[in-house]
Amino acid sequence: MNKITLALRMFRRNAKSIEARVLLVALLIAVMSVTTVSFFADRVESALNRQASELIAADAVVLTDKPIASKFREEAIRQNLKTAEATTFPSMVSGDQENGQGVNLAELKAITDGFPLRGKIRIADYPGATARDAVGVPAPGSVWVPEILLARIHAKVGDELRVGALKLKVAAIIIKEPDSVLDYFGIAPRVMLNMQDLAGTRLMQVGSRATYRFLLSGEPKAVEEFRQTFAGKLQRGERIEGVRDARSEVRVALERAQRFLGLAALLSVVLASVAVALAARRFSQRQMDSAAMMRCLGATQADIFSLNFIQFLVLGVAACIIGTTAGFAAQGVLAAMLSGFLTVELPAPTFVPAIQGTAIGLVLLLGFTLPPLLSLRKVSTLRVLRRDIDPFDAAATFAYVLGFATLAALIIWRAGDIKLGAIAVGGFVSALAVAALAGWLLINFAAKLRGAASGSWRYGIANMKRHAGGSLVQIMALGLGLMAMLLLTLVRTDLIAGWQNSIKPDMPNRFVINIQSDQLAEVKNYFAARKMNTPDLYPMVRGRLVEINEKPLVPTSYNDERAKRTSEREFNLSWAAKMQADNKIVAGKFWSSDTTEKQFSVEEGIAKSLGIKLDDSLTYDIAGSRFTAKVTSLRKVEWDSFKANFFVIASPGVLDNYPASYITSFHLPAGDETVVNGLVKQFPNVSVIDLTAIMNQVRTITNQVADAVSFVFMFALAAGLVVLYAAIAATQDERVFDAAIMRTLGASRKQMMVVQLAEFLAIGLLSGLIASGGSMALATVLSDKVLGVPYALNMMIPLIGVAGGGIGIALAGLLGTRKAVSTPPLVTIRGVA
Amino acid sequence: MTDTGSNSKSNFIVRVEHLTKRVSTTDAELIIVNRAHFNVESGDTIAVVGASGSGKSTLLGLMAGLDTPTEGKVFINDEDLFALNEDGRAKLRGRLVGFVFQSFQLLPSLTALENVMLPLELAGVADAASRARSILDRVGLSARVKHYPKQLSGGEQQRVAIARAFVTEPKLLFADEPTGNLDAKTGRAMIDLLFELNRERGTTLILVTHDAGLAARCGRRLTIDAGIVSTEDHQTAMAM
Repeated sequence: MNKITLALRMFRRNAKSIEARVLLVALLIAVMSVTTVSFFADRVESALNRQASELIAADAVVLTDKPIASKFREEAIRQNLKTAEATTFPSMVSGDQENGQGVNLAELKAITDGFPLRGKIRIADYPGATARDAVGVPAPGSVWVPEILLARIHAKVGDELRVGALKLKVAAIIIKEPDSVLDYFGIAPRVMLNMQDLAGTRLMQVGSRATYRFLLSGEPKAVEEFRQTFAGKLQRGERIEGVRDARSEVRVALERAQRFLGLAALLSVVLASVAVALAARRFSQRQMDSAAMMRCLGATQADIFSLNFIQFLVLGVAACIIGTTAGFAAQGVLAAMLSGFLTVELPAPTFVPAIQGTAIGLVLLLGFTLPPLLSLRKVSTLRVLRRDIDPFDAAATFAYVLGFATLAALIIWRAGDIKLGAIAVGGFVSALAVAALAGWLLINFAAKLRGAASGSWRYGIANMKRHAGGSLVQIMALGLGLMAMLLLTLVRTDLIAGWQNSIKPDMPNRFVINIQSDQLAEVKNYFAARKMNTPDLYPMVRGRLVEINEKPLVPTSYNDERAKRTSEREFNLSWAAKMQADNKIVAGKFWSSDTTEKQFSVEEGIAKSLGIKLDDSLTYDIAGSRFTAKVTSLRKVEWDSFKANFFVIASPGVLDNYPASYITSFHLPAGDETVVNGLVKQFPNVSVIDLTAIMNQVRTITNQVADAVSFVFMFALAAGLVVLYAAIAATQDERVFDAAIMRTLGASRKQMMVVQLAEFLAIGLLSGLIASGGSMALATVLSDKVLGVPYALNMMIPLIGVAGGGIGIALAGLLGTRKAVSTPPLVTIRGVA
Repeated sequence: MTDTGSNSKSNFIVRVEHLTKRVSTTDAELIIVNRAHFNVESGDTIAVVGASGSGKSTLLGLMAGLDTPTEGKVFINDEDLFALNEDGRAKLRGRLVGFVFQSFQLLPSLTALENVMLPLELAGVADAASRARSILDRVGLSARVKHYPKQLSGGEQQRVAIARAFVTEPKLLFADEPTGNLDAKTGRAMIDLLFELNRERGTTLILVTHDAGLAARCGRRLTIDAGIVSTEDHQTAMAM
């Protein structure tokens, strides 16, 4: 008990020291960054779990790309399950065009009575009215739409909406529907109509991409039996989803986002660990004299250890409590930032993230304060006589290894999968190794140059070389901190600008789909009459790849998600006599226009993911009939051109006997909506997809996600600053002491400033160099692998990195040691010694 | 050493006039040095003696301009130390003063040679390395020039400190308990070295010491008791 009182008394004094504050702030940032993301992830997870049945609006759902087969209906009746149906597909809808109302692409959803079986549709009578649970489904002859659609086509509740061949009355505003988590309303707003009206719209034609849902609810046992009945018997394009796997792409996307945010949060933890290690070392060093004295007075090693450990523990627990509380507050900000993106209501978080955050705080504390504490325990009593006797303790080295191992384990745990975790750990370790190597080389190179410098400069540079170990740690820590800052500011702006610049102003911004073969000439005339370039029209036939080299395609055999998806679904095939101008052959040869041989040309990306090579034979199934042809060329496609392009193109004649619809793209100057309105009016079956709206939506979502990521990176930035501060503070005592001695020996203010400046400037420049190199390398990788846009090296980054690093660190360093310049030397020597 | 009352140009290397240092604590104000007033002639050897906590080191620090007084003046070579700013005092020290600390105060990151070179480099002396080597040789450390303070014994560290203090050939050398951290034998050797250098170079020595033997070797003695300084020459002290 006495020991605790003594430790607490010592803590009261030590808590005011710089290193105790650095330790507290570093731990606080680490705990806060992790808990912020964890609390948010926990809420999303709870929302997904709690509302799992709502997410599919049923207990189980059959999803198919063909109308629901009778076998499903029969089995549902046999199992006494409640059922409902929903068919979704995209189509153009329009208001009263004579009265200036517009057209817009919509995601139609025809539903039967009883939908949804689980959850509720929330509707309102007019924009701004109180939302209420919908009773039933839209009556025949009416639709429910979200407010955004009405705003876009300048219509209101009560107006008529043209949907295909029908005019349906807008009866209510959709506020929320159960089976949607992510908000895609901005791209194609939902239009809900009664299933009885679907046939009347005459929209279900060749090439219509509809998803059919057969919803089921009832006794869990009956639902399970329904699933069992079809286990292993489902055909291609059919799948059954239950509550357990009510996840699909939404869940995968959210999990991936959480994982990424989690790793971003870990960057702060890694940086914070550097600050903790630096501060703990300084803290222990300052305790060495008292520890030696206590040893002289009879304190055991265990006493020394526990007295100091209790102090660290108090600090750590305080950091964990404050950090967790602050993390809880900050997750609200994160949730608000992504609120436009998530439509689910997020429930309150559980306590698990608080425990995780506390665990991380304590692991950091133990991992990086134990080594200096263990050294402190071994302090020699001789130190009372000779201050320069530093203890060496092999156990402390081992503790550092343990600390790093724990940190690595932490990263792998947070990454959620061993491979990703190992990549992250490998990334951090190699970044540190490269920074260390570069730092070491640079220090030695600078030391070689010192002969050319004048007195004080030479002394400053030599000083850096003399403190090589300490300087290296400082350069690495400062480099990491600066890198975080560069990435968050310049590189982020560059990447987003680069991605936005890749969209050229005259690129096609409208896709027209669903054009029937008998409308081709009229569509061309429509554009010609408006003095617009006659767009190229490409045929599309929906088909499914079933065999490669006569071997059946097994979707589950692919590891790649995209390959799995592609092999499961139908996708569009086209044919052409000549290759599109923006395509490029990368293997084989494109056929001559008069060829009679059956051939395929495959886009290189899909060929790679599906394992298709030149000369392979591909077998397609189109509406039940099969045909086979040989791959004679592989193409590179510029998808960024926004022109209609196809993964697989067949030679002329191959697809002649199959029903086709046509697609084209064109550039519509801003504000010229009459072209689209007229087109839709003349050809009600065609759909015009507004790419500008999609791009804007994607941009909005990207910005929201980027903001959220930046928010999490702010912790890394803060941690970087703490590292900078800790790194400068780590050697401050030494510098102040050196300065006081130099002052005694007659150094002028200018000389002392120059010595300090030379050393800090050199350290700053070197860390700036490492930070610029690192952030540009990372930007190139991010740009290439994540955004798919080549990164234009911005020479301002090394310039600002090196100049900012040099000037910033020099100023910070000078501020840190200014005291020594203006204080009488004896006062400084007494204070430090 | 004589009392002084004038400011005129003199043969005095140090003149201390009504020097006072007060420190405020939470309870009261402590007077560490109380109106000290004396002169030191060039080439003198002075021992500053007194009980622990009597203010010896503070007086020495004030005389070397390492600390600032509450009141009073110190002239070194007729220059008013506290009329100068911190920078001016540093310059004056660089030119005229050497200082040896009780705990050596070598820079741990510099080798013995570099520690000795430092004041010369600061003064912009061209042949710093050869002069530093020569004085290290003089103090018997030519074999240890590349060693860091950590690698040297206490006596060796103090010899480096003495070499550092003498390398600029100062007119005035202050030493604060130069043997305080050394065993008797090493301590004696150090003192012999100090006096030899004093004779060779005509340097004025002002030493703070507890060591009666050392005090006895000095030409003059300055006693400080509860901040009050009294002076006596060696002969008087011997007679007491």
